[in-house]
Amino acid sequence: MAAGSTYTPIATNTLASTATNLTFSSIAGTYTDLVLIANFKSSATDGISVQFNGDTATNYSWTLLYGTGSVAGSARYSNQTGVTIGYTTASNFNTTICQIANYSNTTTNKTLISKGSSADYENDNMVGLWRSTAAITSIKINCTGTLQIGSTFTLYGIAAA
Amino acid sequence: MANTYTLIASNTVGSGGTSAITFSSIPATYTDLLVKMTARGTDTSTNGWNQGGITFNSSAANYSSTIIVGRGDLAAVSFTGGSTALDYIFYISNSVTTANTFASTDIYIPNYAGSNYKTVSSDFVEENNAARAIMGLNAGLWSDTAAITSLTLTPSVGTLVQYSTAYLYGIKNS
Repeated sequence: MAAGSTYTPIATNTLASTATNLTFSSIAGTYTDLVLIANFKSSATDGISVQFNGDTATNYSWTLLYGTGSVAGSARYSNQTGVTIGYTTASNFNTTICQIANYSNTTTNKTLISKGSSADYENDNMVGLWRSTAAITSIKINCTGTLQIGSTFTLYGIAAA
Repeated sequence: MANTYTLIASNTVGSGGTSAITFSSIPATYTDLLVKMTARGTDTSTNGWNQGGITFNSSAANYSSTIIVGRGDLAAVSFTGGSTALDYIFYISNSVTTANTFASTDIYIPNYAGSNYKTVSSDFVEENNAARAIMGLNAGLWSDTAAITSLTLTPSVGTLVQYSTAYLYGIKNS
């Protein structure tokens, strides 16, 4: 991953209280790609998903490659209300790295690739699609359970030039 | 380099090779760590690759991991690692595979200086223009609350050869 002066923190959120979701809003269109780094724990074995620009319709789809430690598999989900980008447990924090390409253009649907690592559950590689040509200006992160105190979410912008 | 993404240290293996690469005295001034590694080793297993592990603060306990790999000639498989190191965290091209070829690995360690257990995420590839190659992911956990101040990368068999590289970056979220 190229870095240098093109890798800029946009916003960070460390949960001081439990929450079921959080939002990064007013994302400037000045970067090329976005990277979301999440280090989080939930109230149970749960997933987190993303929605863009407040769109809660079934405009999302995603495909998953996963390994549980004994089983390797793949699955896919069409016409969803969000893209799951990582899973975690109540015992340990998960590491998720999610990259959203060309988030600010207004001519193409938006794609993401995410890597979710939960040592006591499974590791995952997801690719996701949001069928919208709108520039992404906000990202809502939803948890199927309750995110725990100390969970951290940081959004970085990467500029190609 | 922005202050958000800073090269802390690097290591290019010299002639004669090395049994391990260690980064020590890692400052606590960053949010996350990233190791970018290219590796080739003296191992001779017929697959053309082998794996390596990472340990923190010279500790040999409390590690666990879940790994998934695909190698092109077989179905993808998932398995777990051992407790004395986060093994299968990186891969090496070995001495029987295509010359001058080095496997690549990224290892991401969020909140390495905090007081929670430390989680690690890595992805690795070893491509060699042969009948099989390997790529995969590792979800690792070091069940220790200590801040990480050093890390060691050790191949499971043999040594790392000349021109293997490892770069340690610190990433700040502000």
